[in-house]
Amino acid sequence: MSITVRYFASLRERVGRAEDQLDADGNDTAGGIWARAVPEQAMPDRVLIAINQEYADADHPVRDGDEVAFFPPVTGG
Amino acid sequence: MSVSLHPEPFDPWARLAAHQAQLPAGSFGATAVFVGTMRDFNEGDDVRGMTLEHYPGMTEKHLEGIVAEARSRWPLDDCLIAHRVGPIEPGDPIVLTAVWSAHRKAAFEACRYLMEELKHRAPFWKRETLKDGQVRWVEKNTEG
Repeated sequence: MSITVRYFASLRERVGRAEDQLDADGNDTAGGIWARAVPEQAMPDRVLIAINQEYADADHPVRDGDEVAFFPPVTGG
Repeated sequence: MSVSLHPEPFDPWARLAAHQAQLPAGSFGATAVFVGTMRDFNEGDDVRGMTLEHYPGMTEKHLEGIVAEARSRWPLDDCLIAHRVGPIEPGDPIVLTAVWSAHRKAAFEACRYLMEELKHRAPFWKRETLKDGQVRWVEKNTEG
């Protein structure tokens, strides 16, 4: 098992990839996942975060097997 | 209840008529409809085309959640959301929301609710190609 990290839209272009796989460290939060996956860039202020396809805050815990997604404000409709 | 994503152009009026034809005749008195269509201008620039990205799975799940919330707030007979994804050209329909209810108040309010919640919460992102070929991500929704 591992943690799947996904990036969408302008954030995917900024990060330069669509997905990462990380080993769980047992004490992860969504914000911590960003720091480990994209250490060269600070997490953007207006980023939206989803854990297993539900919106979550940066301090929300992340467990082994979770899918964590980072994306910019949504612009559908 | 129907939520659908369309990678190809769709006809919102045909979709609406087909859905309404499935509802029991006489069971509803009000149909409220919103259709969003792609403009050829945005933020003062001429726009040639657009690509709509989404998060497969999460997008559908959140649209279904928004419909469930509307149904818990208003007495509704049925709801329909259809949304384009992929490459879109000016004049193409982007989104259809429709609500059936006994009376107009619930239908109007719930239809507006579906659209506003969709715009604020459903994971879709627009990437525009301007007339001069420049490409940019749309950063925020226009005011309702």
